[in-house]
Amino acid sequence: MQLFMILNMNPADRTTIVRDVVLVCLADAIVGVSFGATAVAGGLPPWVPVAMSLLVFAGGSQLAATSVVLAGGSPAAAVAAGVLLNTRLVPYGFAVADVTGNRWYTRFLGAHVTTDESVAFALRQAHTDTRKFAFWACGISLFVSWNAATIVGTVVGTMVRNTGSFGLDATFPAVMLALALPVLADGRTRAAAGTGAVTAVALTPVLPAGLPVLTALAGLAWLRSPWPRSPRPRWRRPRWRRPRWRRPGPPCR
Amino acid sequence: MPIAAVAVLAAVTYAFRLAGPAFRQRFRIPPAARDLPASAAAVLLIALAATSALTQGHGFAGWARPAGVTAAGLLAARRAPFPLVVVTAAVVTALLRLAGVP
Repeated sequence: MQLFMILNMNPADRTTIVRDVVLVCLADAIVGVSFGATAVAGGLPPWVPVAMSLLVFAGGSQLAATSVVLAGGSPAAAVAAGVLLNTRLVPYGFAVADVTGNRWYTRFLGAHVTTDESVAFALRQAHTDTRKFAFWACGISLFVSWNAATIVGTVVGTMVRNTGSFGLDATFPAVMLALALPVLADGRTRAAAGTGAVTAVALTPVLPAGLPVLTALAGLAWLRSPWPRSPRPRWRRPRWRRPRWRRPGPPCR
Repeated sequence: MPIAAVAVLAAVTYAFRLAGPAFRQRFRIPPAARDLPASAAAVLLIALAATSALTQGHGFAGWARPAGVTAAGLLAARRAPFPLVVVTAAVVTALLRLAGVP
Protein backbone atom coordinates (compact mmCIF):
# COMPACT_ATOMS: atom_id res chain seq x y z
CA MET A 1 0.00 0.00 0.00
CA GLN A 2 2.68 2.46 1.04
CA LEU A 3 4.77 1.62 -2.02
CA PHE A 4 1.99 2.51 -4.49
CA MET A 5 1.37 5.71 -2.64
CA ILE A 6 4.98 6.75 -3.14
CA LEU A 7 5.01 5.77 -6.84
CA ASN A 8 1.88 7.82 -7.54
CA MET A 9 3.48 11.00 -6.31
CA ASN A 10 5.17 13.82 -8.10
CA PRO A 11 8.95 13.34 -7.49
CA ALA A 12 9.41 17.07 -6.81
CA ASP A 13 6.81 16.96 -4.02
CA ARG A 14 8.50 13.91 -2.59
CA THR A 15 11.94 15.56 -2.55
CA THR A 16 10.61 18.69 -0.85
CA ILE A 17 8.83 16.67 1.83
CA VAL A 18 11.85 14.46 2.48
CA ARG A 19 14.14 17.48 2.79
CA ASP A 20 11.82 19.25 5.24
CA VAL A 21 11.37 16.05 7.26
CA VAL A 22 15.15 15.65 7.58
CA LEU A 23 15.50 19.24 8.81
CA VAL A 24 12.73 18.81 11.40
CA CYS A 25 14.26 15.53 12.60
CA LEU A 26 17.66 17.22 13.04
CA ALA A 27 16.12 20.08 15.03
CA ASP A 28 14.15 17.70 17.25
CA ALA A 29 17.20 15.48 17.72
CA ILE A 30 18.99 18.38 19.41
CA VAL A 31 16.02 18.78 21.76
CA GLY A 32 16.00 15.01 22.36
CA VAL A 33 19.68 15.02 23.32
CA SER A 34 19.13 17.92 25.72
CA PHE A 35 16.05 16.17 27.14
CA GLY A 36 17.91 12.94 27.87
CA ALA A 37 20.98 14.72 29.21
CA THR A 38 19.03 17.10 31.48
CA ALA A 39 16.84 14.32 32.88
CA VAL A 40 19.79 12.08 33.73
CA ALA A 41 22.00 14.91 34.98
CA GLY A 42 19.11 16.00 37.23
CA GLY A 43 19.20 12.62 38.95
CA LEU A 44 16.57 10.53 37.13
CA PRO A 45 17.56 6.97 36.16
CA PRO A 46 18.31 6.64 32.41
CA TRP A 47 15.32 4.37 31.75
CA VAL A 48 12.87 7.19 32.60
CA PRO A 49 13.66 9.49 29.64
CA VAL A 50 14.10 6.48 27.33
CA ALA A 51 10.75 4.95 28.34
CA MET A 52 9.03 8.33 28.03
CA SER A 53 10.36 8.93 24.52
CA LEU A 54 9.27 5.45 23.47
CA LEU A 55 5.81 5.35 25.11
CA VAL A 56 4.70 8.98 25.48
CA PHE A 57 6.46 10.36 22.36
CA ALA A 58 5.27 13.95 22.83
CA GLY A 59 8.22 16.29 23.34
CA GLY A 60 6.47 19.16 25.11
CA SER A 61 4.79 16.96 27.72
CA GLN A 62 7.98 14.96 28.31
CA LEU A 63 9.88 18.17 28.98
CA ALA A 64 7.05 19.48 31.16
CA ALA A 65 6.70 16.35 33.30
CA THR A 66 10.47 16.07 33.69
CA SER A 67 10.96 19.70 34.66
CA VAL A 68 8.17 19.44 37.27
CA VAL A 69 9.84 16.36 38.79
CA LEU A 70 13.33 17.92 38.64
CA ALA A 71 11.97 21.02 40.41
CA GLY A 72 10.86 18.72 43.25
CA GLY A 73 7.20 18.35 42.30
CA SER A 74 5.13 15.24 42.93
CA PRO A 75 4.64 12.63 40.16
CA ALA A 76 0.91 13.50 40.16
CA ALA A 77 1.65 17.16 39.36
CA ALA A 78 4.08 16.05 36.65
CA VAL A 79 1.49 13.76 35.04
CA ALA A 80 -1.18 16.49 35.28
CA ALA A 81 1.05 19.00 33.47
CA GLY A 82 1.91 16.45 30.78
CA VAL A 83 -1.71 15.36 30.29
CA LEU A 84 -2.97 18.95 30.05
CA LEU A 85 -0.34 19.75 27.43
CA ASN A 86 -1.37 16.73 25.39
CA THR A 87 -5.08 17.55 25.22
CA ARG A 88 -4.23 19.34 21.97
CA LEU A 89 -3.59 15.91 20.43
CA VAL A 90 -7.36 15.21 20.47
CA PRO A 91 -8.23 17.74 17.73
CA TYR A 92 -5.05 16.65 15.89
CA GLY A 93 -6.37 13.10 15.78
CA PHE A 94 -9.63 14.30 14.24
CA ALA A 95 -7.75 16.45 11.71
CA VAL A 96 -5.61 13.61 10.32
CA ALA A 97 -8.03 10.71 10.80
CA ASP A 98 -8.31 10.36 7.01
CA VAL A 99 -4.60 9.70 6.43
CA THR A 100 -4.12 6.86 8.91
CA GLY A 101 -6.02 4.38 6.74
CA ASN A 102 -8.85 1.95 7.44
CA ARG A 103 -6.98 -1.06 8.80
CA TRP A 104 -6.88 -1.30 12.58
CA TYR A 105 -3.08 -1.64 12.76
CA THR A 106 -2.38 1.44 10.62
CA ARG A 107 -4.79 3.40 12.82
CA PHE A 108 -3.11 2.25 16.02
CA LEU A 109 0.35 2.95 14.59
CA GLY A 110 -0.70 6.26 13.06
CA ALA A 111 -2.21 7.41 16.36
CA HIS A 112 1.11 6.94 18.12
CA VAL A 113 3.06 9.04 15.58
CA THR A 114 0.49 11.89 15.65
CA THR A 115 2.60 14.87 16.74
CA ASP A 116 2.68 18.64 16.17
CA GLU A 117 5.14 18.08 13.36
CA SER A 118 3.52 15.15 11.50
CA VAL A 119 0.08 16.84 11.64
CA ALA A 120 1.54 20.12 10.36
CA PHE A 121 3.27 18.27 7.51
CA ALA A 122 0.11 16.37 6.57
CA LEU A 123 -2.19 19.40 6.65
CA ARG A 124 0.18 21.38 4.42
CA GLN A 125 -0.40 18.97 1.51
CA ALA A 126 -3.39 19.32 -0.79
CA HIS A 127 -3.68 15.77 -2.22
CA THR A 128 -4.50 12.63 -0.28
CA ASP A 129 -1.45 10.71 -1.55
CA THR A 130 1.00 13.46 -0.60
CA ARG A 131 -0.80 13.95 2.72
CA LYS A 132 -0.35 10.30 3.57
CA PHE A 133 3.28 10.29 2.50
CA ALA A 134 4.07 13.47 4.46
CA PHE A 135 2.34 12.19 7.61
CA TRP A 136 3.98 8.78 7.64
CA ALA A 137 7.41 10.00 6.53
CA CYS A 138 7.47 12.67 9.24
CA GLY A 139 5.90 10.52 11.94
CA ILE A 140 8.12 7.46 11.52
CA SER A 141 11.41 9.37 10.98
CA LEU A 142 10.64 11.56 13.97
CA PHE A 143 9.91 8.52 16.16
CA VAL A 144 13.25 6.93 15.22
CA SER A 145 15.35 10.10 15.51
CA TRP A 146 13.67 11.29 18.74
CA ASN A 147 14.30 7.96 20.49
CA ALA A 148 17.86 7.67 19.20
CA ALA A 149 18.56 11.24 20.33
CA THR A 150 17.14 10.54 23.80
CA ILE A 151 19.46 7.55 24.21
CA VAL A 152 22.44 9.66 23.10
CA GLY A 153 21.31 12.32 25.58
CA THR A 154 21.23 9.89 28.50
CA VAL A 155 24.80 8.82 27.65
CA VAL A 156 25.89 12.48 27.49
CA GLY A 157 24.10 13.13 30.79
CA THR A 158 25.95 10.32 32.57
CA MET A 159 29.33 11.41 31.17
CA VAL A 160 29.04 15.15 31.79
CA ARG A 161 28.91 15.66 35.55
CA ASN A 162 28.58 19.44 35.71
CA THR A 163 25.89 20.22 33.13
CA GLY A 164 25.37 23.68 34.63
CA SER A 165 28.68 24.96 33.29
CA PHE A 166 27.57 23.96 29.77
CA GLY A 167 24.33 25.90 30.16
CA LEU A 168 22.28 22.77 29.55
CA ASP A 169 19.65 23.89 32.09
CA ALA A 170 18.74 26.83 29.83
CA THR A 171 17.78 24.60 26.89
CA PHE A 172 14.49 23.33 28.46
CA PRO A 173 12.90 26.78 28.94
CA ALA A 174 14.22 27.90 25.54
CA VAL A 175 12.61 24.94 23.77
CA MET A 176 9.28 25.42 25.55
CA LEU A 177 9.32 29.12 24.65
CA ALA A 178 10.03 28.34 20.99
CA LEU A 179 7.26 25.71 20.92
CA ALA A 180 4.68 28.14 22.30
CA LEU A 181 5.59 31.17 20.13
CA PRO A 182 3.47 30.35 17.03
CA VAL A 183 0.26 30.13 19.12
CA LEU A 184 1.08 33.46 20.80
CA ALA A 185 0.31 35.36 17.58
CA ASP A 186 -3.25 35.53 18.95
CA GLY A 187 -3.67 38.52 21.27
CA ARG A 188 -5.92 36.84 23.81
CA THR A 189 -3.68 33.79 24.10
CA ARG A 190 -0.72 36.14 24.61
CA ALA A 191 -2.55 37.92 27.43
CA ALA A 192 -3.50 34.55 28.95
CA ALA A 193 0.09 33.28 28.75
CA GLY A 194 1.53 36.49 30.23
CA THR A 195 -0.90 36.45 33.16
CA GLY A 196 -0.32 32.74 33.70
CA ALA A 197 3.48 33.09 33.67
CA VAL A 198 3.44 35.97 36.18
CA THR A 199 1.04 34.03 38.45
CA ALA A 200 3.17 30.88 38.30
CA VAL A 201 6.46 32.66 39.04
CA ALA A 202 4.89 34.73 41.85
CA LEU A 203 3.46 31.61 43.54
CA THR A 204 6.64 29.51 43.21
CA PRO A 205 8.11 30.63 46.60
CA VAL A 206 4.94 29.71 48.52
CA LEU A 207 3.30 26.70 46.80
CA PRO A 208 4.73 23.16 46.67
CA ALA A 209 6.73 22.49 43.48
CA GLY A 210 4.64 21.53 40.44
CA LEU A 211 1.50 23.39 41.50
CA PRO A 212 2.50 26.95 40.41
CA VAL A 213 2.57 25.89 36.73
CA LEU A 214 -0.99 24.54 36.98
CA THR A 215 -2.23 27.83 38.49
CA ALA A 216 -1.14 29.49 35.24
CA LEU A 217 -4.26 28.02 33.62
CA ALA A 218 -6.24 30.74 35.43
CA GLY A 219 -4.87 33.03 32.71
CA LEU A 220 -7.20 31.24 30.27
CA ALA A 221 -9.98 33.50 31.62
CA TRP A 222 -8.64 36.04 29.09
CA LEU A 223 -10.04 33.90 26.28
CA ARG A 224 -13.54 34.95 27.33
CA SER A 225 -12.64 38.62 27.12
CA PRO A 226 -14.15 40.78 24.34
CA TRP A 227 -10.74 41.21 22.75
CA PRO A 228 -10.41 40.42 19.03
CA ARG A 229 -9.39 36.85 18.28
CA SER A 230 -6.53 37.88 16.00
CA PRO A 231 -4.14 40.81 16.44
CA ARG A 232 -5.56 43.93 14.85
CA PRO A 233 -3.50 46.90 13.60
CA ARG A 234 -3.75 49.81 16.03
CA TRP A 235 -4.51 52.46 13.47
CA ARG A 236 -7.73 50.79 12.40
CA ARG A 237 -10.82 52.91 13.02
CA PRO A 238 -13.69 51.65 15.18
CA ARG A 239 -16.34 49.56 13.51
CA TRP A 240 -18.60 51.37 11.12
CA ARG A 241 -22.20 51.72 12.28
CA ARG A 242 -25.32 52.05 10.23
CA PRO A 243 -26.58 55.66 10.34
CA ARG A 244 -29.74 56.07 12.41
CA TRP A 245 -31.77 57.92 9.81
CA ARG A 246 -31.68 55.17 7.19
CA ARG A 247 -34.46 52.61 7.30
CA PRO A 248 -33.15 49.05 7.63
CA GLY A 249 -33.33 47.17 4.34
CA PRO A 250 -34.63 43.62 3.90
CA PRO A 251 -32.76 41.06 5.96
CA CYS A 252 -29.91 39.46 4.07
CA ARG A 253 -30.84 35.87 4.65
CA MET B 1 9.58 9.57 38.76
CA PRO B 2 7.97 6.16 39.34
CA ILE B 3 7.16 3.80 36.49
CA ALA B 4 3.42 4.19 37.23
CA ALA B 5 3.60 7.93 36.44
CA VAL B 6 5.27 7.27 33.07
CA ALA B 7 2.69 4.55 32.33
CA VAL B 8 -0.30 6.79 33.18
CA LEU B 9 1.04 9.68 31.10
CA ALA B 10 1.70 7.32 28.18
CA ALA B 11 -1.74 5.70 28.39
CA VAL B 12 -3.67 8.98 28.59
CA THR B 13 -1.62 10.49 25.77
CA TYR B 14 -2.31 7.47 23.55
CA ALA B 15 -6.03 7.65 24.35
CA PHE B 16 -6.05 11.33 23.28
CA ARG B 17 -4.38 10.40 20.00
CA LEU B 18 -6.70 7.50 19.29
CA ALA B 19 -9.89 9.51 19.95
CA GLY B 20 -9.86 11.12 16.47
CA PRO B 21 -9.43 7.97 14.34
CA ALA B 22 -11.81 6.00 16.60
CA PHE B 23 -14.74 8.42 16.92
CA ARG B 24 -14.55 10.45 13.72
CA GLN B 25 -17.64 8.80 12.21
CA ARG B 26 -19.74 9.33 15.33
CA PHE B 27 -19.22 12.96 16.23
CA ARG B 28 -17.26 16.08 15.42
CA ILE B 29 -15.41 18.50 17.63
CA PRO B 30 -17.31 21.80 18.03
CA PRO B 31 -15.31 24.71 16.56
CA ALA B 32 -15.23 26.52 19.91
CA ALA B 33 -13.48 23.56 21.56
CA ARG B 34 -10.94 23.26 18.76
CA ASP B 35 -8.75 26.23 19.71
CA LEU B 36 -8.88 25.86 23.50
CA PRO B 37 -6.36 22.98 23.84
CA ALA B 38 -3.78 24.86 21.74
CA SER B 39 -4.21 27.99 23.88
CA ALA B 40 -4.05 25.97 27.10
CA ALA B 41 -0.88 24.27 25.88
CA ALA B 42 0.72 27.63 25.06
CA VAL B 43 -0.20 29.03 28.48
CA LEU B 44 1.28 25.98 30.24
CA LEU B 45 4.44 26.02 28.11
CA ILE B 46 5.07 29.72 28.74
CA ALA B 47 4.45 29.27 32.48
CA LEU B 48 6.84 26.30 32.53
CA ALA B 49 9.43 28.26 30.55
CA ALA B 50 9.14 31.22 32.94
CA THR B 51 9.34 29.19 36.15
CA SER B 52 12.15 26.92 34.96
CA ALA B 53 14.09 29.91 33.62
CA LEU B 54 13.72 32.14 36.67
CA THR B 55 13.42 29.83 39.67
CA GLN B 56 15.43 27.05 41.26
CA GLY B 57 13.62 25.30 44.10
CA HIS B 58 11.67 28.05 45.84
CA GLY B 59 14.14 30.86 45.05
CA PHE B 60 15.71 32.83 42.22
CA ALA B 61 17.88 30.85 39.77
CA GLY B 62 20.49 33.57 39.12
CA TRP B 63 20.91 35.78 36.08
CA ALA B 64 22.78 33.51 33.67
CA ARG B 65 19.89 31.15 32.86
CA PRO B 66 17.19 33.82 32.27
CA ALA B 67 19.66 35.76 30.11
CA GLY B 68 20.34 32.70 27.95
CA VAL B 69 16.63 31.94 27.63
CA THR B 70 15.86 35.58 26.71
CA ALA B 71 18.53 35.55 24.00
CA ALA B 72 17.06 32.31 22.63
CA GLY B 73 13.53 33.71 22.81
CA LEU B 74 14.51 36.79 20.81
CA LEU B 75 16.07 34.57 18.14
CA ALA B 76 12.95 32.35 18.07
CA ALA B 77 10.71 35.40 17.68
CA ARG B 78 12.83 36.39 14.67
CA ARG B 79 12.21 32.92 13.21
CA ALA B 80 15.76 31.71 13.60
CA PRO B 81 16.28 27.98 12.93
CA PHE B 82 15.36 25.79 15.89
CA PRO B 83 18.85 24.27 16.48
CA LEU B 84 20.34 27.78 16.64
CA VAL B 85 17.76 28.79 19.27
CA VAL B 86 18.60 25.84 21.52
CA VAL B 87 22.36 26.18 21.12
CA THR B 88 22.19 29.95 21.80
CA ALA B 89 20.41 29.37 25.12
CA ALA B 90 23.14 26.97 26.27
CA VAL B 91 26.09 29.00 24.95
CA VAL B 92 24.96 32.37 26.38
CA THR B 93 24.27 30.79 29.77
CA ALA B 94 27.59 28.92 29.76
CA LEU B 95 29.58 32.04 28.78
CA LEU B 96 27.90 34.15 31.48
CA ARG B 97 28.71 31.48 34.09
CA LEU B 98 32.29 31.34 32.82
CA ALA B 99 32.43 35.13 33.35
CA GLY B 100 31.33 34.66 36.95
CA VAL B 101 27.60 35.43 36.71
CA PRO B 102 25.66 32.98 38.95
